[in-house]
Amino acid sequence: MKMNGAQMVLACLEAEGVEVVFGYPGGAVLTLYDEIYKKGLPHILTRHEQGAAHAADGYARASGKTGVVIATSGPGATNLVTGLATAYMDSIPLVAITGQVSRPAIGTDAFQEADITGITLPITKHNYLLTELRELPRIFKEAFHIAGTGRKGPVLIDLPKDLQAEVGDFLYPKRAEMATYRPTYEGHSGQINKAAAAISKAKKPLLYSGGGVISSGAHAELLEFSRCTRIPVTTTLTGLGSIPYNYEYYLGMPGMHGTFAANHALNAADLIIAVGARFDDRVTSKLDSFAVGAQVIHIDIDPAEIGKNVAAAIPIVGDVKMVLQELIKVIRPGDTEAWCEQVKTWKKERPIRFTQSADTPLKPQYVISELYRLAGGDIIVTTDVGQHQMWAAQYYALEKPRTFISSGGLGTMGFGFPAAIGAQMAFPGRTVICISGDGSFQMNIQELATASCHKLPVKVAIINNQYLGMVRQWQEFFYGGRYSQTCLAGSPDFVKLAEAYGVLGLRARTAAEVQAVIETALRTPGPVVMDFHVDPQENVLPMVAPNTPIVEMIGGDAL
Amino acid sequence: MKRILAILVEDRPGVLTRVSGLFSRRGYNIQNIAVGRTVEPGVSRMTVTLDAERVTVEQIVKQLNKLVNVLKVSDLTDEPSVGRELMLLKVKAEPEKRSGIQQMVSTFRAKIIDVSPDSMIVEVTGDETKLQAFMLVMQEFGIKELAATGNIALLRGTRTTRETKG
Repeated sequence: MKMNGAQMVLACLEAEGVEVVFGYPGGAVLTLYDEIYKKGLPHILTRHEQGAAHAADGYARASGKTGVVIATSGPGATNLVTGLATAYMDSIPLVAITGQVSRPAIGTDAFQEADITGITLPITKHNYLLTELRELPRIFKEAFHIAGTGRKGPVLIDLPKDLQAEVGDFLYPKRAEMATYRPTYEGHSGQINKAAAAISKAKKPLLYSGGGVISSGAHAELLEFSRCTRIPVTTTLTGLGSIPYNYEYYLGMPGMHGTFAANHALNAADLIIAVGARFDDRVTSKLDSFAVGAQVIHIDIDPAEIGKNVAAAIPIVGDVKMVLQELIKVIRPGDTEAWCEQVKTWKKERPIRFTQSADTPLKPQYVISELYRLAGGDIIVTTDVGQHQMWAAQYYALEKPRTFISSGGLGTMGFGFPAAIGAQMAFPGRTVICISGDGSFQMNIQELATASCHKLPVKVAIINNQYLGMVRQWQEFFYGGRYSQTCLAGSPDFVKLAEAYGVLGLRARTAAEVQAVIETALRTPGPVVMDFHVDPQENVLPMVAPNTPIVEMIGGDAL
Repeated sequence: MKRILAILVEDRPGVLTRVSGLFSRRGYNIQNIAVGRTVEPGVSRMTVTLDAERVTVEQIVKQLNKLVNVLKVSDLTDEPSVGRELMLLKVKAEPEKRSGIQQMVSTFRAKIIDVSPDSMIVEVTGDETKLQAFMLVMQEFGIKELAATGNIALLRGTRTTRETKG
């Protein structure tokens, strides 16, 4: 069938089942946007390309589908960079389509030209510069295949302007035929048996699971495995929600702002079963004193993660869901009773905790707890990055996977609000709350227009402490209280600002006002901004100072 | 220690950048890299020589395998293999020095491929130690300019790189 390049792109997206795209038009994608207009493809116009990338990411994290983002050449494409790097670090499937200057102009420093495939080389799983129209169907097929399989990630396709208008034959391939790209899904049975034997023998085993569990949809298997073996679980930031917060053997998050129970369990374990987690420095802290007494079973779809930071005695390369299913078949539970008692004691005696009384300033943790109490555990929470992110991770008691959406690896401020827009597009009927900070929210605040135009009922809760709180906390702890450039006084009145966008703005300054604000927000159709003025001096505790053992927790004893 | 990797890649634009970029951004130092064609159409071979520990190389190999255009990565260091590098040296060669140079050239089984009134270009192939030795000798005469290909290597015997494991 004859069609032009732009029509082909739309046909590819249709064949891949793409229901919505996020983007921002410009000179080099005019032909493509003309087709979007003609075809009526659902498109969310953000107010900045970075917002579009994060929205596609939030959509992907919430739905499990591949997110699609479109931007023009040059600045449009470079504005995607932070969004692509964010998705790359957390292994989120995205396909980014960028316009490029016409083929004869490539390499001439033409208007709005940028070498976006060069720029995004280290932050995409793969990328393509399309130079021949006949390659378009194959490349789109491959791009979606690469993005959404194996260890998922973003793929970028750079599409020259003249190629969008060129006419040719279109036939979409049924399969991506690739000589080189074949992820391993099935775990090696010998390794699985070895792991099962080690698990049966272990006296103090611990499941340490991450984003890979969510990515492969292995949450039910993980819970079943933990239940039938009676092995406690700790989940990383990107794994939050894969185990219900209130599950009796769930220890919470480990690491820098992890729980006492999780960090001490990692430290004391004789066997760590890492499931779709990568021993990030925010988890391990000082590597050479991390879990020194433990043997490691490492299950991951990416062979390069195994042995990268921590040596694995029993590596298992494969899809964690499939590997856990096999493991469940052969496992014979060991004796973990004494260990479980120990871990439960830690959990009971050293929980994360805060105090809010009527006459103290409003505590941020109280706001999060109230959000949870009033909105419940079956909603989608997105966060930005900083103190509020950690408090959300600690106190928002989520029950299901794909409900905690946060930039883990890259730690991208400005992620949360556009990601909430994307998540809301994936689930128009669900409650989506973006927990943000006064710093982070201002990094993509322009997306209020997007939420407003599309009447997306995203509820933003700004934990407003007038500081770049996490940086201020480090300055207090490690830089003698010299608050260099972290005071954000002079930020706008967020209530008035919301109103300027046609969005309801609400404010609470005391604990007594919190409930009414949240209830009003949840009751109101459409987007709402809640501005919570919290204690500016509050710190995220416990805390492990960088490069110290994870059991040396600041504030760990007092808790 | 010195390690040699043979990498078979799809011959597509930008593949060299993808491979070399991976080395630099993950902090691995390449000593030299040689790229050329293979017997298979559409497939290029890169030979990378680097100084790294075994665990580091294992990680490099895994990361390389993740590149979509990489077909095969093989660590030849511990395999029986032959490696060669080609070097061209422009050596100062006043008439009275020429016989001395010629003598060294024949000792090293090198070749003189260009002669001008006061210089010569010498072509020499061999492994790293031989080339080092030859350079040392030529320095006596004065090396004006030097170009080298970097090391290329093949496994000994009938086995090909494609047939190695990993």
